[in-house]
Amino acid sequence: MTETLTSHFKQPLLQTPFHQRARALSQVDSFIPWAGYTTVDVFTTAEQEYFAIRNAATLYDLTPMVKYRVVGRDALAYLNRLVTRDVAKLKPDRVAYCVWCNDEGHLIDDGTIFRLGDSEYRICTAERQIDWLLDSALGFNVQISEVTEQIAALGLQGPTSCAVLKAAGLTDVEKLKPFEIGYFTLHKYRVTVSRTGFTGDLGYEVWMEPEQAVEIWDALMAAGRSRGIRAVGSQALNIARIEAGFLAPNVDFVSAEHTIRLATNRSPLELGLGWLVDFNKGHFTGRRALLTEQQRGARRQLVGLDIAGNKPAHNALLYGDNSGKREIGSISSAIWSPTCKRNIALAMVNAPHFKIGSTVWAEIYLSRELVWERRMSRAQVVERPFFAPQRRRATPPAEF
Amino acid sequence: MPNHGAAPAQYDCVVIGAGHNGLICAASLARKGRSVLVLEAAAQVGGAASTREFAPGFKVSAGAHLLHLMPANLLRDLKLESHGLDWAAQRLPTTALLPDAAVLDLSPGAANQAGLSAADASAYAAYGARMRRFAAALAPVFSRIPPRLRSAAWSDRLALLRIGWQIRKLGRREMRELLRIGGMNVYDLLEESFDSAALKGALGFDAVLGANFGPRSPGTVLTLLYRLAAESAAGDLGLSQPKGGMGALCNAVAKAAVAAGAIIRTTAPVAKILVEADRACGVLLESGERIMAPNVISSADPKTTFLTLLGAAHLDTGFARRVNHIRCRGLAAKLHIALNRAPPFRGVSAAALRGRLLIAPSLEYIEHAYNHAKYGEFSASPVMEISVPSINDPSLAPAGQHVLSAIVQYAPYALKESWEKGRQRFLDSALDTVERFAPGLRSCIVAAEVVTPADLEQQFRSSGGHWHHGDLAFDQILMLRPVPGAAQYRTPVQGLFLCGAGCHPGGGVMGVAGRNAAQQVLTAGLSS
Repeated sequence: MTETLTSHFKQPLLQTPFHQRARALSQVDSFIPWAGYTTVDVFTTAEQEYFAIRNAATLYDLTPMVKYRVVGRDALAYLNRLVTRDVAKLKPDRVAYCVWCNDEGHLIDDGTIFRLGDSEYRICTAERQIDWLLDSALGFNVQISEVTEQIAALGLQGPTSCAVLKAAGLTDVEKLKPFEIGYFTLHKYRVTVSRTGFTGDLGYEVWMEPEQAVEIWDALMAAGRSRGIRAVGSQALNIARIEAGFLAPNVDFVSAEHTIRLATNRSPLELGLGWLVDFNKGHFTGRRALLTEQQRGARRQLVGLDIAGNKPAHNALLYGDNSGKREIGSISSAIWSPTCKRNIALAMVNAPHFKIGSTVWAEIYLSRELVWERRMSRAQVVERPFFAPQRRRATPPAEF
Repeated sequence: MPNHGAAPAQYDCVVIGAGHNGLICAASLARKGRSVLVLEAAAQVGGAASTREFAPGFKVSAGAHLLHLMPANLLRDLKLESHGLDWAAQRLPTTALLPDAAVLDLSPGAANQAGLSAADASAYAAYGARMRRFAAALAPVFSRIPPRLRSAAWSDRLALLRIGWQIRKLGRREMRELLRIGGMNVYDLLEESFDSAALKGALGFDAVLGANFGPRSPGTVLTLLYRLAAESAAGDLGLSQPKGGMGALCNAVAKAAVAAGAIIRTTAPVAKILVEADRACGVLLESGERIMAPNVISSADPKTTFLTLLGAAHLDTGFARRVNHIRCRGLAAKLHIALNRAPPFRGVSAAALRGRLLIAPSLEYIEHAYNHAKYGEFSASPVMEISVPSINDPSLAPAGQHVLSAIVQYAPYALKESWEKGRQRFLDSALDTVERFAPGLRSCIVAAEVVTPADLEQQFRSSGGHWHHGDLAFDQILMLRPVPGAAQYRTPVQGLFLCGAGCHPGGGVMGVAGRNAAQQVLTAGLSS
């Protein structure tokens, strides 16, 4: 049923094809593991890199993103049973953000599905899922293989990213619509470009052969020199993704395959991903449980918070009033948003406090030169995303 | 009566499979006024509980050959005797065949226990009494829908309490003993109870009959208690032999079902269970005909029902995975021999020859036979349960001639060398084994065949050719049978029910699954 050509388990951490380039640019030697690879957390400072995402162009090494190739006569039926969204609506050369659940309707993971042909798909996800994907294949004529190591990938994100690609010789790349896939020549090599990303900004992801990866990195860096291109690490990306309101696995939710405590499982409805759940497309794993949950009504909900003050409310507990007696939730991601100039967070909040406009109170602990203070800060439930510039959707993008 | 009109036929209930469970379920539903259609793939009813002519003039029960688990009240409720059920013999004895023409009569309190020491004879009486007490305490579990754990329903809580109370009622000493032996293997239990190898072998046999176990396998005391409790729940009728073989029993149930208004169609194999808006709504036959019903009740094994007839696409991944992991690889084969005279068993009295004969002369013998099966082989010295049904029922063979029917263990479903290659050798070793206890048998043989689990799978469309549609083991009984999420004859798909041996309380020709399933359909089913 499957062939798995991976070697991530043979050595503690693999290096991506871009490792030598990253090593050369790293000024603070800050590397972190991600899905079996060593990757850059910070090249210089997270703030500097973040501002390049919002004001120029950035390269982010996506190679560790776990990739599965799904082909076969039943590929579509298989995917539609796997994920909550209607994959039948996904046209060739398009990408869809999807989540998949276990039988209880609890989230296992999120990811993107690329439709690369009539019955060829690719699933991109942050963590390995091969056991669940293979178990889900029972009764379907489908072949699933992990291709993570066969494909190198770069995120090219930021307002000048389209201009960088054009300067690198990608004719008509500006015609790519959000979530569209195109095929281009970049420095004599064929590459696949999707208009996707994790920043909520204008941006692309470039998919290539690992052997050609270094030359393509160099070509993009050269093409972007006059447009402020720089390499960024995961910390900068994390600021951008919180502004965009995107969820991070193991931060905003824990995969239902990994939880030990039943109460820590999360459904897509609770995570504000109800728009991804299509109850009318036919059966999918978790459908019956999610239908029951929907009829019962949400007990808690992931929301955006706008918090008073400028101190990020990392891991803060939330209360219904400022007495701090009745706990109603907690914060999973929090930052001071440099672009919005707001103190923002993603939080799981119990009913009925999750309604837009509700006021909740965050218990923030501050270290003032190692002297700790506790502060109850008023916070308001607000719409996500916090930052959604026009340019992320504009086709063709404006020239920057 | 095929439906040639534009609109497909419509019933309250469609039952897939006319084995005894399917028929009992259909009869029970029809008696409550439901319109019921039973669809059977084969040309006759009965499934594995049918009678088959395997050589001209020689007939034999295709699967189980002795009835001992079907509850008396079930037989009575369905008025099977008025629908043609007659007994060739009842309360048959069990006799263990031993080397050197010795035998051991295992009937409770049998006078002829020659060869047993006085200590063993009294230990056997005490053992028998204790096991019967335990069996009686556990028996109520069998007649009911198994309760769910963590359920808010009062019926479930009450059922759990009732089981607890039954066990508590045994008293402190006996309860402690039940809990002590409940998780043991039967080898250890019998070793601590008896000296006689013959007695231990014969008693251990019942713990592994039809199971994927040897006497030293964990949980074999449980399988033994399970069998005894099922017999107790049935009313301790003893071993019976329906006149005309097991098929005659099913014919009587079929008549009872038809008399109650059910319609039975044979040669009507079901290809698919139809689902609309996440509800079962009927079936599609292999002929292409569609039959609509808001309740589809399958007596097929759970794997076939869920993964073939329904399709994993209608199930959640976790549930489909559990179904796929049901252990249902059969290890029991049938041996059928047509004989031109009564088999010449040495030392076996005429009375004993009417009953059940065991070839399991010691626990080690059984364990050795099982060892081979663990590695995909069969033993040259298999264990057997033998019946010569034509002694009690001459209609099964031409005048003066006889049929021998034996359950032979262990015959692994997936034989390493393939059954195509191994069949003849397996038949030879089975015949040689019988010959050892009945010298001259081979010269009386008119015809002989073995029916392997692979054959059973093909003949009766049951995954793995398992007699019980899945091992009866600690993780596959009660609310875990067939899998969590389908334990009360219901399934994740509304309107689809199970009623076969894969459900609680399992296989053997018992019929309780069919009756309990009907009760669940009446409670939770939809009306058309």
